Amino acid sequence: MTQATEKRELFSPGHTACSGCGQSLAARLVLEAAGPDIVIANNTGCLEVFTTRAPMSSWGVPWIHSLFENSAALASGIDVALRAQGNDHTKVLAFGGDGGTADISFGALSGMLERGHDVLYVCFDNEAYMNTGIQRSGLTPFCGSTTTSPAGKKSMGKHEYKKDMPAIVAAHHIPYVATACVSYPRDLQRKVKKALSICGPKYLQVLVPCPLGWYHKPEETYKVGKLAVETGIYPLFEIENGEVTRVQKIKEKVPVEEYLKIQRRFKQLFASEEGKEDIKKIQEYADRNIEHYGLMADPVGAAKNE
Amino acid sequence: MKKVMEGSLGVANAVRLCKPQMIAAYPITPQTHIVEGLAKMVADGNLDCHYVNVESEHSAASVTLGAAAAGVRVFTASSSQGIMLMAEVIFNIGSIRLPIVMVCVNRALSFPINIWNDQQDSFAVRDAGWIQLYAEDNQEATDMIFQAYRLAEDHRVSMPVMVCLDGFILSHAFEPLDLPEQAQVEEYLPPYKPIVKLDPENPLTMGVMGGPEVYMEMRKSVQDAMIDAMPVIEEVADEFKKMFGRGSAGLMEEYRMDDAELVILSMGSVLGTVKEVVDERREKGEKIGVLKLRCYRPFPVEQLRSALAGIPKVAVLEKDISLGYEGALFTDLKAALYNTENAPKISGFIAGLGGRDITRKTINDLIDMAKSGAEGTTFLDTAKEIAYLGGVQ
Repeated sequence: MTQATEKRELFSPGHTACSGCGQSLAARLVLEAAGPDIVIANNTGCLEVFTTRAPMSSWGVPWIHSLFENSAALASGIDVALRAQGNDHTKVLAFGGDGGTADISFGALSGMLERGHDVLYVCFDNEAYMNTGIQRSGLTPFCGSTTTSPAGKKSMGKHEYKKDMPAIVAAHHIPYVATACVSYPRDLQRKVKKALSICGPKYLQVLVPCPLGWYHKPEETYKVGKLAVETGIYPLFEIENGEVTRVQKIKEKVPVEEYLKIQRRFKQLFASEEGKEDIKKIQEYADRNIEHYGLMADPVGAAKNE
Repeated sequence: MKKVMEGSLGVANAVRLCKPQMIAAYPITPQTHIVEGLAKMVADGNLDCHYVNVESEHSAASVTLGAAAAGVRVFTASSSQGIMLMAEVIFNIGSIRLPIVMVCVNRALSFPINIWNDQQDSFAVRDAGWIQLYAEDNQEATDMIFQAYRLAEDHRVSMPVMVCLDGFILSHAFEPLDLPEQAQVEEYLPPYKPIVKLDPENPLTMGVMGGPEVYMEMRKSVQDAMIDAMPVIEEVADEFKKMFGRGSAGLMEEYRMDDAELVILSMGSVLGTVKEVVDERREKGEKIGVLKLRCYRPFPVEQLRSALAGIPKVAVLEKDISLGYEGALFTDLKAALYNTENAPKISGFIAGLGGRDITRKTINDLIDMAKSGAEGTTFLDTAKEIAYLGGVQ
């Protein structure tokens, strides 16, 4: 805020994102941390649609969109082309939504990681195909009701659990994999900067609540994201060269109901006995995350006593 | 100096001489020898280029798109199902107007799966906004590579170019080929200077969303660029001929068409056989000529009209079909000549699908049928009825 020189707007306001959109906020944070010496390849999706309606554009950095599933491949080509022209300073980022990352571009992403391109891939995870109207993706959570995995008399929503993309990505033995959440902006920006300081493929999956698809109040985007982390449902961690090196600790574990009940995509869980059983399963899922990643903070003073 | 080499290697050498900075490749028969050849050139240090082994043809085209958008000369190649998997990206590249050169080694499409030659694959993407050139022989295929880069990168054009050559018949055939010297190529093909590129110094948003208020104008500008490319296609071919002393005209080439009463229009390697049979029948006093179409898109309507003006009969020979209608070139030619004065009678012939040999007899049959005024579409050399309902027992 003290900088005197005029700064170019990297991600301009005036775009057409919904009010309370977690993705637009996350994109802005990523750009602030990464820019301006970057090139972005963007999959088709909300972010592309609400920022580039011709002749307008929100992007103050070079940006390209081609298709739903090829930002990782575009970024691979851009990486090669920059290095071929002797440019070793410009950073390349690829953006995709959760469906565009974990489903339709799974192969292109894997190819980019396997070939070792110097690219930071950012998956903006709002847990469904929101741009086409809230359809189920591989990253939609267990019991999330979407237009193609709707809750009904015989269904509690999505029957399957969320695809574990960070683990799949980490299995490519790339130097850096991390999760983040838009409700933790400084943590998100630190991870972007750290990722960009590392050469090679990097993957960052950012939870971005979507008021439209999650049916929460637009002003509660920050709170919903915070609760996803504090319940253990969305663990924040960093994996460097295969080792979990840092996690966002939970000071006080919040029961999953607190997260679920403020989103109408989960309201069916509170309407029946069967739903309550599923809430138990979701609690078990969160507890497994807490245990697996060691998310619970040590009691105050515990470290001294060891 | 001429050297005997496989067509694929000739093409690979031509690409090497054009010094692309990035090649993205994925294997598919019969295209593979080209990218294998290039991989070896890179490995041996004979080509300073980033060679990207992608995980699909979709990514081959996408990596190529990304690299071209970032400002370097690129190359890729594919065939058949690979072209189909790329199709989504191929349409993108055409309408974003990146000067990418790719080779399509023509091969049939499934089903039944068939690795042999016809031209259904490149025909399937004819509407994508790519200049499509078809080679008659390997010298022409090789020479087309230089012309394709020159054409694509010409700022008056700035469109992608697909060089099409018949699978196996050309790609795997050994012929004496004349490859130019590096210095000659550099004289003909100046270094690539992109009109726009992804550059942090000058940020640009590429691949925007266009609503109903701008979409038509943006599409029409691509159509205009395709049509306006026609004189440049002629120009780069003429200059090639001037500099290298060989080659044919850019859009089409007439062969023994003076006084012709029947002209056979076709594309690709089959023209060699067609010309030979026409020579034989000319010796018997029959007035037959050949029109070789070298550029299928943009479709040279005016040039076809003037070349075929006053010709009583035209036979279109092609290796593709728009299922449910007829051969696509047949349709296109009829449309081009419709409403012209004294339009010729046009007969359509489909032959050589899935690699079936097109022999002298095939061409002689075609001539006989066309002379007697064959109506509509004729499938040549279909010896027996084969019922095919998706499976065999």
